Amino acid sequence: MPQVTLHLTVNGARREGRCPPRKLLVDFLREDLGLTGTHVGCEHGICGACTILVDGEAARSCLMLAVQADGAEITTVEGLMKDGVLHPLQEAFRQHHGLQCGFCTPGMLLTALDLLRVKPDPTEADVREGLSAVLCRCTGYHGIVKAVQAAAPVLRAYLDGGPVRG
Amino acid sequence: MKPPRFDYHAPTTIDQAVELLARYGGDAKVLAGGQSLMPMLNFRLSRPAALVDVNRIPALAYVREENGILAFGAMTRQRTIEFSPLVAQRLPLLREATRWVGHLPIRSRGTIGGSIAHADPSAEYPAVLTALDGEVIVQGPKGRRTLKPGALFETYLTTSLAPDELLVEVRLPTTPTGAGYAFEEFARRHGDFAIVGIAALVVRDGARCTSARLASAGAGPVPVRLRAAEEILERDGLSDAAVEAAAARAAELVTPDSDIHASAEYRRHLTGVLTARALRRAVERSEGPLR
Repeated sequence: MPQVTLHLTVNGARREGRCPPRKLLVDFLREDLGLTGTHVGCEHGICGACTILVDGEAARSCLMLAVQADGAEITTVEGLMKDGVLHPLQEAFRQHHGLQCGFCTPGMLLTALDLLRVKPDPTEADVREGLSAVLCRCTGYHGIVKAVQAAAPVLRAYLDGGPVRG
Repeated sequence: MKPPRFDYHAPTTIDQAVELLARYGGDAKVLAGGQSLMPMLNFRLSRPAALVDVNRIPALAYVREENGILAFGAMTRQRTIEFSPLVAQRLPLLREATRWVGHLPIRSRGTIGGSIAHADPSAEYPAVLTALDGEVIVQGPKGRRTLKPGALFETYLTTSLAPDELLVEVRLPTTPTGAGYAFEEFARRHGDFAIVGIAALVVRDGARCTSARLASAGAGPVPVRLRAAEEILERDGLSDAAVEAAAARAAELVTPDSDIHASAEYRRHLTGVLTARALRRAVERSEGPLR
């Protein structure tokens, strides 16, 4: 099977690779780029564990071919922390017990990030609806919802620039 | 699981895409948003010889207003439609329906053309196309043709598109100012496929209903235009009694199936309930005095 070459930006860094066209983006990120923070759950777009940002918008990386990301700007969970400082969303998850096993967490974080960009001042109902895109088997969602609600005002304060991208 | 092998093509023009579809003689699949096709490839329910990825064709993504119509390029993302001020103003029913499509990350990639060409009977966009009696433009090696919903949707996951045809545009009539609209849907979890969905549009003139449009999703193999229910409203107005009568009639017009999610009886029941709810909301939203 002929290989395809791709050039993309991942977490601000220029990356490239070669893979079969049938390789999924989530597998390319994990195996070819060594970024194992994005998780493979259901492989059919239901669970949300594989959610990343593609050109700033949350998308399921199990439903994209790696070759489709050629030329794109990708953000994975590894791109949230900056210079050893947790992203406000990550800090909020830490403080509000937004994770247990951590499997859904990267998907939750990137989904929440997109949600808060679209709705910077969400109600609890908005948060629950937005997070319904990602399944969690451990927490019962309460801590995750609290974390996202706690992070919202912090991110609003950063909207005009500041040290954290997002 | 992982997708099986396929030849991969990423044309940059519509003509190139059509030529590729013709070349593979029906054994190529179009990759648009991928939110329906990729799960099928990952499960190997679909094993095409080739994928024709149309994401690199800029000529396929646009939203244009033309003489009482909004024309959407097939690759217009559902997310774009959700946040489009033009759609909010001219086709609020489509915007409301969009919010029921999966979740935001799905809508980041999913497209209007893909949703309609995939023809899932539970999908929202085919129901809106049917309710508004819109049309699609498809392009094949011999040129373009226009299809109305009745000629387009054949059965579950099946349209009348030939193997060498690409859906290129979706055209929907704009909503008159002051018209009321609603999209109602029932699913067990938010973002799940609709068990039943109803698209409703009503245009009022005082107490008279000058125009009613109703269509169902999920209550049969294709979206159903609920014309006999519309006629009740256009004849008898928009009183509670007329709405109840129209909703009851709507439930008679569908031929749902039973599956693991719901029985035919339940889908029929939901058709009536959701039609009534959609009409009540649409009437509330419609502008103008009720008398």
